[in-house]
Amino acid sequence: MCLAIPMQVVAIGPDGMGTVELGGVRKEVSLILLDEVSVGDHVIVHVGFALSRLDRDEAEATLQMFAEMAAADSAAGQSIAPRNDAPGTLPS
Amino acid sequence: MRYLQAFRDRGLVRAVAAAVRAEVQPARRYHLMEFCGGHTHAIARYGLAALLPENVRLIHGPGCPVCVLPIERIDGAIELARTPGVILCSYGDMLRVPGSGRTSLLKTRAAGGDVRMVYSALDAVALAAANPERQVVLFAIGFETTTPPTAVAVLQARAAGLRNFSVFCNHVLTPSAIQSILEAPAVRDLGTVPVDGFIGPAHVSAVIGCRPYEYFAEELQRPVVIAGFEPLDVLQAILMLVRQLNAGRAEVENEYSRAVTRTGNRRAQMLVAGVFELRRAFTWRGLGLVPYSALQLKESFADMDAERRFPLPSRPVPDHPACECGAILRGFKQPAECRLFATACTPDTPIGSCMVSPEGACAAHYAYGRFRALSETAP
Repeated sequence: MCLAIPMQVVAIGPDGMGTVELGGVRKEVSLILLDEVSVGDHVIVHVGFALSRLDRDEAEATLQMFAEMAAADSAAGQSIAPRNDAPGTLPS
Repeated sequence: MRYLQAFRDRGLVRAVAAAVRAEVQPARRYHLMEFCGGHTHAIARYGLAALLPENVRLIHGPGCPVCVLPIERIDGAIELARTPGVILCSYGDMLRVPGSGRTSLLKTRAAGGDVRMVYSALDAVALAAANPERQVVLFAIGFETTTPPTAVAVLQARAAGLRNFSVFCNHVLTPSAIQSILEAPAVRDLGTVPVDGFIGPAHVSAVIGCRPYEYFAEELQRPVVIAGFEPLDVLQAILMLVRQLNAGRAEVENEYSRAVTRTGNRRAQMLVAGVFELRRAFTWRGLGLVPYSALQLKESFADMDAERRFPLPSRPVPDHPACECGAILRGFKQPAECRLFATACTPDTPIGSCMVSPEGACAAHYAYGRFRALSETAP
């Protein structure tokens, strides 16, 4: 129920509405719950409303931390991902 | 797609899981409750439990608003849908939830009731504007994520002067439920399991912020780590909880910093505060009567309160006698311990609420975990 996904704002319209996109799918949602939002921002969309703006710096910092953990893990000699199935992502 | 797929990277998931295994102390117990159904679903879908050492146990919490709604409220929505002249608007999650007497909103629609599935609360307002001769009722359910959208819908309907729009309000609050699991005597009598730490809600926290959890961390000495719903988020939160427990800390930490701040979404909080007030008590399936755990429309919006506009049944309806949803919602039992699980109760023919919503513990286990569990127990 509380699932929400990051989508990118591609247009801002009247009445607090805007168009967001993910993987080619576009959707009209309400941006009224956000203080400020610009075209190009990523927002977390839930039941037709953008609930929060995704902080790109924080997202990149989190991903960077994961990358460092993976590097440290391989350096420690524990093979965490056999070559034949990495790189890869889990299904969406 | 970057901010979705990157958090599902297989290699990184294995690295974080390896870090958890390396840091867990074998003699210590790590009972971690993931409050949210979104986390329950991610854990089952990506098989995360299988990556963890045996003494790290994930306990599914009551954080699925579809699952915790008592049957009498579903009966209320069905009654509304049967009322001549009413269009009942509901999120898709609620349509198949069984009410009493083997009925549901979907069956009520098949029998002639006007039930519309809406994606946004604003769709219900638009329906009210387009159908001035009909009464449009929004079956409003959900935690703090869906509450601000309902508030916006109420304000827009008021601004547009719509007199045929009302809300059947079933919005519930996350912090009071967590507190009730930890310390309510009534819940303890029903049976609970000890919880050492919490994986905190993702998008609920985007709205309310990290601050409301500071009370549990301090007063009840349980660490809380707020986590996103992707597999890497959940594993990283488990690692952070393991580290806190190892160090004897009980703090609120935020793994989901890309979407959650300490104060949350102030604008959404203000809108909610303007439209809703606390209910003195609300019945949760599995937890019973929880004080100050739900919202109702303020007196100034009483004319838009469906519970005042329509006569609704309020008699409590017991769960199916063999259904273990209540114990499962408290983390006291596992889905496979219910004798209806995967026999009489399946996603196609759900008896209990935990089987209806994909985020319910039973539906998640049915879809992703039951054959793995069988192969593990096979000789």
